[in-house]
Amino acid sequence: MNALASVPSWVALVIGVLVFAGALLACIGSAGLLRLTTFYRRAHAPTLGTTLGMYLVLAGTIVFFWAGEGRPALHVILIGVCVSITTPISLMLLARAALERDRREGAAGVPAAEPPATATDEGGSRH
Amino acid sequence: MTSTLSIAAVIAAKFLLLLGMGMALVRMVRGPRAQDRVLALDALYIDGMLLLLTIGIRTGSILYVEAGLIIALLGFASTAAFAKFLLRGEVIE
Repeated sequence: MNALASVPSWVALVIGVLVFAGALLACIGSAGLLRLTTFYRRAHAPTLGTTLGMYLVLAGTIVFFWAGEGRPALHVILIGVCVSITTPISLMLLARAALERDRREGAAGVPAAEPPATATDEGGSRH
Repeated sequence: MTSTLSIAAVIAAKFLLLLGMGMALVRMVRGPRAQDRVLALDALYIDGMLLLLTIGIRTGSILYVEAGLIIALLGFASTAAFAKFLLRGEVIE
């Protein structure tokens, strides 16, 4: 009742090393999330798991399904593409929201807002 | 022999991911401000997706990979919606 025993043993060893290294990176990232002191420091820690940790686990999964079924599982690559596109977007949105909240409350150590946009700037849609 | 070693490595990876999920959960419960909680929820989503992929390797079923894909997309949508809510106080304007 173990699918890992059905692939050749050296392939299983490669899979084990890849998955273990990826899980270790994700665990270190979560430990950083728990231990660092301010929000702006904490925002960096989980990206350890969402970049290299995720890539290593996905590589292990691809190798496993390639060896087990004889064809690469393309869903796995789709997960990698989706997460590596969406993680920077969501973290940037979150950091901007945190910065805005800190400015609204006048917290110390937060850089001031940029001067209001001139007519030549493309933005200006802050309402 | 190497097969038992690699099975042990995959089981250890599962426990490491569970530990990471637990630490993100502690940060989500404890986190002093709302943005810390949202950040911890994002990390929790990613760790859960990786745990699902690892279970998929153990059982040899491709269905776990599709569940992981859905979790990744829903995690992005929820984090973006939470960030929007924290920024403006409403999600859809």
